[in-house]
Amino acid sequence: MRLTTAGILVILSAAVGAWGEDAFKYPPPDLGPDYVQPPAHTPEITHEIPPIVDIAVLAGALCVASFLALKLRSRKAVWIMVAASLIYFGFYRQGCICPIGAIQSTAEATLNPAAVISLVAIVFFGLPLLFTLFFGRSFCASVCPLGAVQEVVLIRPLRLPGLLRHALGLLPCVYLALAVLFAATGSAYIICRYDPFIALFRLNGPAGMLILAAAFLVISMFVGRPYCRFLCPYGLLLGWTSKLSWRRVTITPDECIKCRLCEDACPYGAIQSPNTETLPENRRKGVITLVCMIAVAPLIIAGTTWLMLETSPTLAKMHPTVRLAERIRREEAREVSDTTDASQAFRESRRSTEDLNAHAAEITGNVTRGAGWAGAFIGLVIALRLISLSTRRTRDEYQADRALCVACGRCFEFCPVDPRNRKPKDDGGTA
Amino acid sequence: MSNEKKNLTRRGFLRTTARGACVAGLGALVIGASRGAAVRRSVWQIDPSKCTACGNCATHCVLTESAVKCSHQHVKCGRCNFCFGYYKSGSSGAASHSGAEFQLCPTHALVRTHIVEDSYEYTIDADKCTGCGICVKGCKEGNGSLFLQVDQDRCQNCGECTIATACPGQAFVRLPAENPYWFEQGTEQHS
Repeated sequence: MRLTTAGILVILSAAVGAWGEDAFKYPPPDLGPDYVQPPAHTPEITHEIPPIVDIAVLAGALCVASFLALKLRSRKAVWIMVAASLIYFGFYRQGCICPIGAIQSTAEATLNPAAVISLVAIVFFGLPLLFTLFFGRSFCASVCPLGAVQEVVLIRPLRLPGLLRHALGLLPCVYLALAVLFAATGSAYIICRYDPFIALFRLNGPAGMLILAAAFLVISMFVGRPYCRFLCPYGLLLGWTSKLSWRRVTITPDECIKCRLCEDACPYGAIQSPNTETLPENRRKGVITLVCMIAVAPLIIAGTTWLMLETSPTLAKMHPTVRLAERIRREEAREVSDTTDASQAFRESRRSTEDLNAHAAEITGNVTRGAGWAGAFIGLVIALRLISLSTRRTRDEYQADRALCVACGRCFEFCPVDPRNRKPKDDGGTA
Repeated sequence: MSNEKKNLTRRGFLRTTARGACVAGLGALVIGASRGAAVRRSVWQIDPSKCTACGNCATHCVLTESAVKCSHQHVKCGRCNFCFGYYKSGSSGAASHSGAEFQLCPTHALVRTHIVEDSYEYTIDADKCTGCGICVKGCKEGNGSLFLQVDQDRCQNCGECTIATACPGQAFVRLPAENPYWFEQGTEQHS
């Protein structure tokens, strides 16, 4: 269009170093030395809170939550902390970054050397686990914004039948295995994609996510913490670490008098009643069950591994490259007559189909290998759960189950041993 | 509580040992994870060479107003009178005036200013831009100086970018936070 000296063109091309364009279709005009290029629109990063602040806030919140649940033992204080976490981690930070999602970042960082991960994500993954090893699940109690939402809306908890509770309780391990598999293969971050409350925190989102949020809110009114108990993959890890915790929430500050007042206090089914009276008569039967469970464990592991390997071609389709390769194959085989945005973009990119197929095959191979491991993991968790269910531990007092207790503090108010629960005028009389 | 203290011996010892092992394992995992991948502050950005200007950026961001905006690499712009990114195709006869009905941009975020002779400067009003990429698609016919970029003062830097999951060209990449825009760093390392 315009006449330009070759010199300027060369200088411009060198200055631009643009993406592979040798010359301009419409060379820029010679605007003289006085012309000033308008500045590029490159706003600074402003939304990011310094990593050290993020980590400090989380560590502080964990300290406070642990103190409230273990030392202060006050349901009211825990509730205030729940509200604070809901406002800060939920509505202010909009649920991001959270330790649950950080599972995926950590898995990707550990298993995929090509990944780029921020240190905050890894610390967010590790810190609550570390705290749980010492103080139980105080993170779940009043730091996690997802737990906080469910805690706040729970109005009429229903008691779920034991079988249903145990069956649904296996879902987190499937979710965890899939989340790690998809994150490590670079397919998707499913925990973030299907987060039930993120749409609520953002007060915005695609229709599917808004419906999911609404559904979970309604369920949470009648079933205590459905996400935490029956889906949360991080809760599974916290449950395991909580079993080893140094300190933990106790229902009573002193000796349990087995008054049964706390029996129905827990909406999460975490209170275990004493079993010293029922134990001896079942012993022989119990041993047989245990032996059977141990014998059946390898079968379960083999079964789930096989199942996951069988479904791995479907699982691989979570990765966009695998989907694209499949689409291109179908288009070239004339199985479909139209094209998609992705297949058009691929053709415009001048990338070879062989290259794409090779990349897709590599990803499918990774997914298949990962699916095998994921299946074995799921099987192992199921088998261990069955074994632990067929063993009996002696309990001569009411206890909070180490893995299930989320330290919400509801049971504190039910214990008559706690002096704070006695009316002042009765204090002298009952002592 | 008292009962637990009495039979602390075996179970208590095992628990303490396992706890110690877990702390060590966690430490090892954190170190392993930090070493395994490039641990650095990074942001989402669009690789313009892979962008197809499909329009998903305007609709798939978690923000109501997308974090993706149109950017202009002025040094590449031909300053054409008839701009493929500014005018609808087929409206060449009316190129001398800038009537709204001839403009591609649905929100009139692309601003045209006269410089000399029949050269015009095109700038973007970022507040009006929705990141729909219609002008970008138009400019592909020209020099390709208009392209979409993630505005770093708006992006929430989600772990998984929802636009990225809907991007047909898989154009979303992670760039180091120190150098978060594509056109500032040339092509040596990223294209």
